Amino acid sequence: MNVQSPALTAKDYASDQEVRWCPGCGDYAILKAVQKTLAELQADTAKTVFISGIGCAARFPYYMSTYGFHTIHGRAPAIATGVKLTNPELDVWVVSGDGDALSIGGNHLLHALRRNVDLQILLFNNEIYGLTKGQYSPTSRVGTRSPSTPGGSIDTPVSAGAFALGAGARFFARSVDTQQKHLPEILKRAKAHKGTSLVEIFQNCIVYNDGAFDGFTERAVAADRQVLLEHGKPVIFGKENDKGLRLAEGKLVLEVVRLGENGVTEADILVHDETDRVMAGMLAALQPPHMPVALGVLYCDPTRSYETSVTDEVAAARKSHPSDLAELLHKGHTWTVS
Amino acid sequence: MEGSTALVADPSGRRVLDSAVVRFAGDSGDGMQLTGSQFTLSTALAGNDLATFPDFPAEIRAPVGTTFGVSAFQINFGARVIKTSGDELDVLVAMNPAALKVNLVDVKPHGLLILDSGAFNERNFTKAGYESDPRSDGSLKDYRVFEVDMSQMTQDALKDCGLTKKESLRCKNMWALGLIYWMFGRDRQATVDWLNEKFRRRTEIAHANIAALNAGHAFGETAEVGEDLAAFSVPPAEIAPGLYRNVTGAEALSWGLVAGAKGAELKLVFCSYPITPASSVLHALADLKDYGVVTFQAEDEIAAVCAAIGASYAGGVGVTSSSGPGVALKMEAVGLAISAELPLVIVNSQRAGPSTGMPTKTEQSDLYQSVFGRNGDAPLVVLAARSPADCFDVAIEAVRIATKYMTPVILLSDGYIANAAEPWHLPEADSLPRFPVAFETDPEGFHPFKRDPETLSRSWAVPGTPGLEHRIGGIEKASDSGNISYDPANHQLMTDLRRNKVLGVAKDVPPQAFEAGGADDKLVVVGWGSTYGPISRAVDNLRSEGLPVAHLHLRHIWPLPQNLEALLRGFDKILVPEMNDGQLVTLLRGEYLVPAESLSKVTGKPFKISEIEAAIRARLED
Repeated sequence: MNVQSPALTAKDYASDQEVRWCPGCGDYAILKAVQKTLAELQADTAKTVFISGIGCAARFPYYMSTYGFHTIHGRAPAIATGVKLTNPELDVWVVSGDGDALSIGGNHLLHALRRNVDLQILLFNNEIYGLTKGQYSPTSRVGTRSPSTPGGSIDTPVSAGAFALGAGARFFARSVDTQQKHLPEILKRAKAHKGTSLVEIFQNCIVYNDGAFDGFTERAVAADRQVLLEHGKPVIFGKENDKGLRLAEGKLVLEVVRLGENGVTEADILVHDETDRVMAGMLAALQPPHMPVALGVLYCDPTRSYETSVTDEVAAARKSHPSDLAELLHKGHTWTVS
Repeated sequence: MEGSTALVADPSGRRVLDSAVVRFAGDSGDGMQLTGSQFTLSTALAGNDLATFPDFPAEIRAPVGTTFGVSAFQINFGARVIKTSGDELDVLVAMNPAALKVNLVDVKPHGLLILDSGAFNERNFTKAGYESDPRSDGSLKDYRVFEVDMSQMTQDALKDCGLTKKESLRCKNMWALGLIYWMFGRDRQATVDWLNEKFRRRTEIAHANIAALNAGHAFGETAEVGEDLAAFSVPPAEIAPGLYRNVTGAEALSWGLVAGAKGAELKLVFCSYPITPASSVLHALADLKDYGVVTFQAEDEIAAVCAAIGASYAGGVGVTSSSGPGVALKMEAVGLAISAELPLVIVNSQRAGPSTGMPTKTEQSDLYQSVFGRNGDAPLVVLAARSPADCFDVAIEAVRIATKYMTPVILLSDGYIANAAEPWHLPEADSLPRFPVAFETDPEGFHPFKRDPETLSRSWAVPGTPGLEHRIGGIEKASDSGNISYDPANHQLMTDLRRNKVLGVAKDVPPQAFEAGGADDKLVVVGWGSTYGPISRAVDNLRSEGLPVAHLHLRHIWPLPQNLEALLRGFDKILVPEMNDGQLVTLLRGEYLVPAESLSKVTGKPFKISEIEAAIRARLED
């Protein structure tokens, strides 16, 4: 797109392909939020690439008017890494689900995060396998009944936040498919972050796990069961904006307190510092119903991105010693036969 | 058999040999590989033709003195063209009893054993599993034995160097090399230069090694060794004029990839995961950043191939490299590259399998895996290199085909080729093939699976190109739009297109030619890969006896050369020697219904010339 083009709208980021998720799937809302975000950023469709693995979420690239590559199960972060190493100018988004990213592709997510490749990785977490028809997933809660766990699942789920922070991620954020104001803002933050940005999006699977997140996303409870984090602001939530989080005295755990009760004032409330990895870990671990689910940018502490370092290393080597093929072949001992 | 001796004295009094096979064997900590590569260098500089075979254990530091810790380096050199590292040893240098025990079986009758008697003690006999001293129990009676206490002699020579006993003893490989240099009249200067460079930060170590080298040489010159240890001369070979260097397969392959990317005018992005014996290619390319090479050590084999696919998708030459077990892990992703029709080069330095098999031992048993080893009808191009230097040309060819036809190409090397070295007549860099890639840029009528009617290659539009935004993937796509399609007729059409595109590569390669002999012969030996050396020598030897035997050696494993069927039909007998249980032979029988017969060897070692000769003779006598 050249600069003379008229401003792009969200629709300009949609491809001509018919969207084929189940009616009512949370993926529609995420698609809409992504297209809206790109329009707000006036992103260049030619320089934007969406890469996915396998699963319902992985159909995402077909519905975008950008470049797109629908690859194989779990491997999108590895393919995206190759893309960035070859052309760092491209803006690369990875779309993945909980099975794709945290089960079959767990290793690649781990290494993309620790290397800090400049990617936005959107993790559509619906706590279930959709495309394979309803088996439990690595994020399913213990006791999840599914075709493969008729008696309820036994194994402990993985937390995307704890996983990411443990892997050395420099950006971790959360949002909800239906929160159409919050989600684009988070996506913009992810895009602005140079390095791997992992965004966990709680996404409702209407067919196999409907209402999995109602406990903190339903309108009636959302205000009391969610805390929307903002850097530098006190961690306050609740319908009446009267609840806050603070460190329990003498312990490294967070507790919910009520402003005005027992002499608690705003000054006692924890101030969110998104560069604090330890705090991010504690916030990521909060679970309803007793604690609110932390949404927003839990952690953001930029450092040099991997492909930048790789590209600079090659450029420096070329500058200090621009070599040609003949020189390479003649390096070391040679001899002439006459 | 190579290594035959012609006992004529040259003017200096040295006995003149046509060729000789020498193996250095010792503990894996004894520096045998360095010793061998230095002897290789000085031999090349002396004008001999040569071939080498390093044979080292999988254990990094096996317990000292044990048989499984023995490391060896073999070199065959001569005044004539050398095609293999040699069937049997003329000289074995054994630095301890374990090295003798492991390697004695390969020494020819009356061959020379040079033993470090300082290491021949009760403790080492026990470690090597000898119940008695092999020097005195008659087990060496068929050989000529020369013993010298290299350990002591090295320490004596270095007593003023200020080194500890342990450090001094580490120089005994150079003492042994010095002695062998004297035996074959080699110049020491190249090794002296190399030691000075290698230990430039520890000059005392450089000086000690040089002193040991000189002491070993002086020992040969001055000691009255008599007939036990003679001085030989191997005159220069008749080699085509030009500039030469020694090259290993891993080096030649790496440089060929660089030359291929240059020919395509694209960035080389090499993505790999460490595995024996393929890692040397990663190491070589990681050191070539000044040539613009990007290397990526991925978290696993799958990530490596996927990153390479991502690289090609973004407009680079994506290359991944591994050995059989790693390639098995990559195959799902290779299928993606076949379906998405992206260029990709997969290098397989084959090793003995199945499973972990014998990682440091060579085999060529991944032909089935290469041609057939994927889900679905998933054709790709398979090429095989025949020798270390040949890897250079084959790597360029792999990049050419991958980028011209938008297809994965598997390049088969093996553990022998990767590690072995041979002299290489250097090509002129300016004369190397050029095949610049033209990316699609025209939005008019564009869709990602628009094809060149000639090659059937799809158009390559890379992300970043305005107006060509499109989506591809591993789901079947409509032939006329690239959109997802489950249409039955379309899947048939796309399957046909993918097959025909790959088969069409056969029109773009030279017709198969005979290495030796021709259609008038009675039997043809068909080989591929690193069996080239022993097959060609065996066929040459038998032809010089007048036997009607021809040799075809395939570079193009899939698709097979267009004229191959016609060539094979002209023969009564077809013999296919392979270091596997009979894979190419099955392919040839399946494709052409010809009575090809297998000669199989899976010992982890290359064929001997004599084995192939015997197999040919037996069939000609039928």
